[in-house]
Amino acid sequence: MQGKCGLFFTTYARESQVFHTGFQKSSLAIFFIVLLISPFFLSSYQVSLLNLINIAVIGAVSLNLLTGSCGQISLGHGAFIGVGAYASGVLTLSGMPFLPALILAGGITAMVGMIFGIPSLRLKGIYLAIATLAAQLILVYIFMHWTSVTGGAIGMGLDTPVIFGFDFDTDLKMFYLTLAFAVLAVIMVKNVLRTKSGRAFVAIRDFHLSAESVGINLFYYKLQAFGISSFLAGIAGGLWAHYTMYITPEQFEITLSISYLAMIIIGGLGSVLGSVFGAVFITLLPEVLSFIADHLSGFFPNISTYFLAMRDGIFGLILVLFLIFEPDGLARRWQLAKSYFKLHPFAH
Amino acid sequence: MEYYLHLVLNGLVIGSIYSLVALGFVIIYKATKVVNFAQGELVMFGAYVCFALTVQLGLPFLISFFMTLIFSVILGLCLERVILRPMIGEPIISVIMVTVGLSTVLKAVIQLFWGTSIRVYPQVLPTEPVWILGLPVAPVYIAAFCLSVVLFVIFSFFFKYSTMGIAMRATAFDQQAAQSMGIGVKNIFAMSWCIAAVVSSIGGIILGNINGINPQLGHLGLKVFPAVILGGLDSLLGAAIGGLIIGILENVSDGLAQQLFGLAGFREVAAYVVLVIILMIRPYGLFGTHEIERV
Repeated sequence: MQGKCGLFFTTYARESQVFHTGFQKSSLAIFFIVLLISPFFLSSYQVSLLNLINIAVIGAVSLNLLTGSCGQISLGHGAFIGVGAYASGVLTLSGMPFLPALILAGGITAMVGMIFGIPSLRLKGIYLAIATLAAQLILVYIFMHWTSVTGGAIGMGLDTPVIFGFDFDTDLKMFYLTLAFAVLAVIMVKNVLRTKSGRAFVAIRDFHLSAESVGINLFYYKLQAFGISSFLAGIAGGLWAHYTMYITPEQFEITLSISYLAMIIIGGLGSVLGSVFGAVFITLLPEVLSFIADHLSGFFPNISTYFLAMRDGIFGLILVLFLIFEPDGLARRWQLAKSYFKLHPFAH
Repeated sequence: MEYYLHLVLNGLVIGSIYSLVALGFVIIYKATKVVNFAQGELVMFGAYVCFALTVQLGLPFLISFFMTLIFSVILGLCLERVILRPMIGEPIISVIMVTVGLSTVLKAVIQLFWGTSIRVYPQVLPTEPVWILGLPVAPVYIAAFCLSVVLFVIFSFFFKYSTMGIAMRATAFDQQAAQSMGIGVKNIFAMSWCIAAVVSSIGGIILGNINGINPQLGHLGLKVFPAVILGGLDSLLGAAIGGLIIGILENVSDGLAQQLFGLAGFREVAAYVVLVIILMIRPYGLFGTHEIERV
């Protein structure tokens, strides 16, 4: 059944479908067609922004699975992305082809994430947040000081990804690769959330005691959440490393973790679509701000000297404002906008 | 041997500043159950305001010290009213993230006004070292340590005997019961943010006198987490002792790592390695209330 006044499901299978209406499918298809041909009409700089967005989508969607859906606050996601970046870097430098190295890097990151997820057995809320903060700082320290592997503060130079002899050496080629991985990650998380595991995650987030009393093995599912989330973080890190071709420990500092948390909060906690919105928003925010700053520099000549401080401040301000005024994020705004059009003459 | 004694002494001084910042952290947590990730930025705020008053406006140090405290009170009141009060009853991740956002905003504001370069305080105390146990110690270190001890004593008495202090403890213990006995819980929240801002400012001023100040000072806030977790999130005594222990441990392990393994900068993570161990063994810390739910 479908109609303007709402959806009525008669079976569970129908309700848990990813797409409820043909309209959703066709508008998504149109969106993808536009996205796929858009790089030909954009400058190489704009395509590079799209690449960054794709990579951010993978990171945000993975963190949202862990923090938004399973309720395990992680302040260490940036460092996990770093683990993926360094792992795939080391593996490809030792001669492994890109694709297996990337997958293996994801696996390594999953292991690291699960090790730091073990405290989640005993800790929750603020204590877990501080434990993952410790993971963040310790991992960055390791990147910095394990110089024989990571190159330390000097960093590590990498090659462009090569898959079956095809070299992804331009922004345009890279766009299709990152887009493919971003789509795969989104589909994966969307599907994880529809399975038994996904429902267990949500149950654990909502109230761990009742989850346990209906037979959910808390430790198993929490570790699973850490594992899946870190695996995807590792993939994001690997792509990032081979896209920028140069990684240093500073890129994976706590600010990265915070910006990923900001993505999922501004997008909407626990929402896959929200993660995508958040990734787009946070990636484009500095660009929009620098655009504004450029145009204001005619009126305020000194604006560029304050730009860095202002950018961080506006980022923090937006985060605070979202938390106070729209805690459910952009995903909720999107829903409201959709239902406005659906219900148009009858607002209530 | 002398080398280690020196490490311990330095650790004690840095630790006493950690204790002060941890004190602010614990007061906020005790009264409002909010974990404040912007504690380091409160330290920075105090340090920069005092710097501006003494150096840029040329006021005498003591006057600007007290004026800084007044500014901190105003800052604490504003933050609580504008940012923290709407967050009452929100999930823990929102509360954490709002203080994280707050910390970036505060940091940006400070950088807008004072830039990113290192600023140095004028010499307030004599530079001639005092000899303790055969080691030279700068008077500013001794002053820092004494000032923290005095503040801790004052606050212990405040919480034990003053009406406000008792009201704050009551609120921490049970908000509803306190409210039904006629305690203004909102005032208590505001009060706790004021106190936290004031003690952090004092910590910042001391630090500024020792090392000078720069926008990286906010990192100090991160050092406070191991200290409060070690001491117990809701224990004043714990904050004091936790701060001192983390200070000493950081300095000594840094020295050891440098001497034995040639590992530089272990100071940055030593506290966090300890933190992970504490969280695994005794999450409620040395003196904290054992109320954490076992999951």
